[in-house]
Amino acid sequence: MARTELLIRPLVQLSGITKSFYGVRANQSVDFSLAGGEIHALLGENGAGKSTLMNVLTGLYQPDSGCIAIEGHARRIDSPAAAIEAGIGMVHQHFKLVSAFTVAENIHLGWNETPFRAPAALLEARTAALSRRFGLAVRPSARVGEISAGEQQRVEILRVLARGARILILDEPTAVLTPPEVAILFAALRAFRAQGNAVILISHKLGEVLEIADRVTVMRAGRSIETCAAQGASRASLARLIMGDTSLPPMQESGRAVADDAAVRIELRGVTVRDHRGIALLDNVDLQVRAGEVLGVAGVAGNGQRALSEILTGNLRPDSGTVLLDGQAVAHPTPRRFARHGIGHIPEDRLRTALAADLSLAENAVLREYDRSPVARGPLFVPGRARALAVRIIDDAQLDRRDPSLPARNLSGGNQQRLVAQREARIADRVLVAAYPTRGLDIGAVASLHAAMHRLCARGIGVVLISEEIEELLDHADRIAVLFAGRIAGILPASDAESERLGLLMSGQALVPDAPDRDPGRAA
Amino acid sequence: MTLLSGLLGNALLSGGVLALAGMGELLAERVGVLNLGVEGLMALGAVSAVITVASTHDAGLGVAASLAVGAIAGGVFAIATVLARASQVLCGMALTMGGLGLAATIGRPFAGQPSAATFRPMPIPLLDQMPVLGDALFRQSLPVYLAYLVLPLALHLLLFRTRHGLTLRAIGENPAACDAVGIRVLPLRFAYVVLGAALSASAGAYLTLGFVPSWSDGVTAGRGWIAVSLVIFAGYRPWRIVAGALLFGLVNALGYLAQARNWGVPSAFLSMLPYLVTLLFMIVPALLSRGRPGATAPAALGLPYYRDQR
Repeated sequence: MARTELLIRPLVQLSGITKSFYGVRANQSVDFSLAGGEIHALLGENGAGKSTLMNVLTGLYQPDSGCIAIEGHARRIDSPAAAIEAGIGMVHQHFKLVSAFTVAENIHLGWNETPFRAPAALLEARTAALSRRFGLAVRPSARVGEISAGEQQRVEILRVLARGARILILDEPTAVLTPPEVAILFAALRAFRAQGNAVILISHKLGEVLEIADRVTVMRAGRSIETCAAQGASRASLARLIMGDTSLPPMQESGRAVADDAAVRIELRGVTVRDHRGIALLDNVDLQVRAGEVLGVAGVAGNGQRALSEILTGNLRPDSGTVLLDGQAVAHPTPRRFARHGIGHIPEDRLRTALAADLSLAENAVLREYDRSPVARGPLFVPGRARALAVRIIDDAQLDRRDPSLPARNLSGGNQQRLVAQREARIADRVLVAAYPTRGLDIGAVASLHAAMHRLCARGIGVVLISEEIEELLDHADRIAVLFAGRIAGILPASDAESERLGLLMSGQALVPDAPDRDPGRAA
Repeated sequence: MTLLSGLLGNALLSGGVLALAGMGELLAERVGVLNLGVEGLMALGAVSAVITVASTHDAGLGVAASLAVGAIAGGVFAIATVLARASQVLCGMALTMGGLGLAATIGRPFAGQPSAATFRPMPIPLLDQMPVLGDALFRQSLPVYLAYLVLPLALHLLLFRTRHGLTLRAIGENPAACDAVGIRVLPLRFAYVVLGAALSASAGAYLTLGFVPSWSDGVTAGRGWIAVSLVIFAGYRPWRIVAGALLFGLVNALGYLAQARNWGVPSAFLSMLPYLVTLLFMIVPALLSRGRPGATAPAALGLPYYRDQR
């Protein structure tokens, strides 16, 4: 190990980086080195200081102390422009793209090689050439707001590569990608590494890290704990380093057969939902959520998951078909009515649809209970009681920042998710609908979220777990429904499901034989 | 025929005020700063132009004075809103009220007198011989041509055909994304707010040296506010701002004509017309474009930019 490190000339050397925010040490004398021709994974729990360290390296933050050397020369990186000049490019977890602009405009934004006269046609032609040169497929004239997350990410990477970056930093790049998109990304990263460049990969998915990384650095509580070779490391050994002394909650049994006579909490009968262009988001869906089960919903993102979670929580009205709550048809579904009925909702876009980003943690925490006792007294809202309740919710959610008056946007993504999950679990007396609830969470938080889910089930509450990760569904669901193109391609008991079979169903290549086959032409 | 020619000429002349003020506002809004101080800037520009020509008898110097005063007032506004990140709405209101009050105070000795110098007509050879249109369109003064042709063309090319324009529009849409690619957000915002304020103030000079042409308290008569709504109505595009300004000018000119010809409509109603049309213009496009993404405001309009925010 020591020998290989001597042989590799460090491309980047961070020494003794310290950075505090409002008195909280986010980085404490962190050392980090990156060699040319390696993919280096940076691991740690939410709030361990990974993002802060990377923001220091990319010039967004100035460290309180410590220094940065690029190829052996000390360098001040005091602005993002200086970082780009030093060959450092970052793809942020929340993409920094202008959604009203086209792909070509985003690629050329703030780039000194953009020609002075920059009409749209010229920018698009240049973008098409870049796309071919770096092997990243993008549509130059498409508006960024209208393309998939995977394509947006390729735009970000292409933008960084076009500026001649030799050091590429990716913050949880696979969180929003479908499995085929992950394969495309990894192929591009390997090609980038083969040219002597380096990648820093921030991720919570240890399987992926072991698959692609050469070395791994683990951070905990603002310090860098250890750097080791990925070869010879295992999920368990990495998890131990990340978690420190805290232990994971024990795994729950999954794939239990749910009794056929378990009460049906929510039922969809022939539900169809269309968007404003008349395209079916959900197409004649029949589905039952039973008491005490985890119903997994598998499928590649964009196949109707969002509409399904919104139908199940009263946020959308079906264009045709019926939604039944405990056997009663709901004529005019509203989110309020469903929430009152005990249906919690962890939506996929937490910052936009689950939290009011500029309101405080306390206000966000009581958002579901502000109008009932004890927070409300008659028509009055009692701030003192709201705060007391909020403090309890924040404690239970185990946030890393506990000041209830802090704006919600100041939480990291993982902590935002914990707050939403805790809040929604409290009101879920009958059903909890969770769309990608573990997205962006570290392994400790994932395990405690799954444990919480199973505790709800044990109390007879139905859980709908929408996920793209087959492994997560196989481990935790009792039944798995597969969504493809707005239809239920099949529903399998988890005990019978295998990942290959699910994969086929997710890609629309196979239909379950006993499922009603409405479109024989499509069956493979 | 002279009726039509007069109507058109008058429409062009009166719409020019809104075109200039609107394009100034456009510059600020495109980089994400809502400047509600246009009315105050116009009043300051109007009064400084009148005072300058009173001693110099040179309309060009009058315009230059209004530009300079607009830039200074815009600089103060930009320090407050861009650098200190104060509320853009409140600062804009303050600029309007302060500008109107200051202009009234320093303009008192000049109130009611005709301006000492005005814009001279600049006929375009040959074109001015055209029947009807020649008189109306091509015997105007230089600022009119600037307001309707040169400036919108320049702004359009700048915003939509150059690298710099791409940067400007992006700052109004998503300053964090600009920051991440190394664009210096605050200096550019500052510069364009100042530039826009200068342009808006020059609309005041246009008013007192070209259109009215004299200074009196309240001469701006809410035109700054109409310019702000015109920018929204025009979907933040220079050519549409100019077209909208001409439309308002036409409404205005119709009012004058009706008064002059004694069509029997009470003059109070005629004076109301531009404001009513403003209301209509704000409501009708919103109704028509409901549900469809049309020309929407820059996404970061009105929001101060902080880097240290997750």
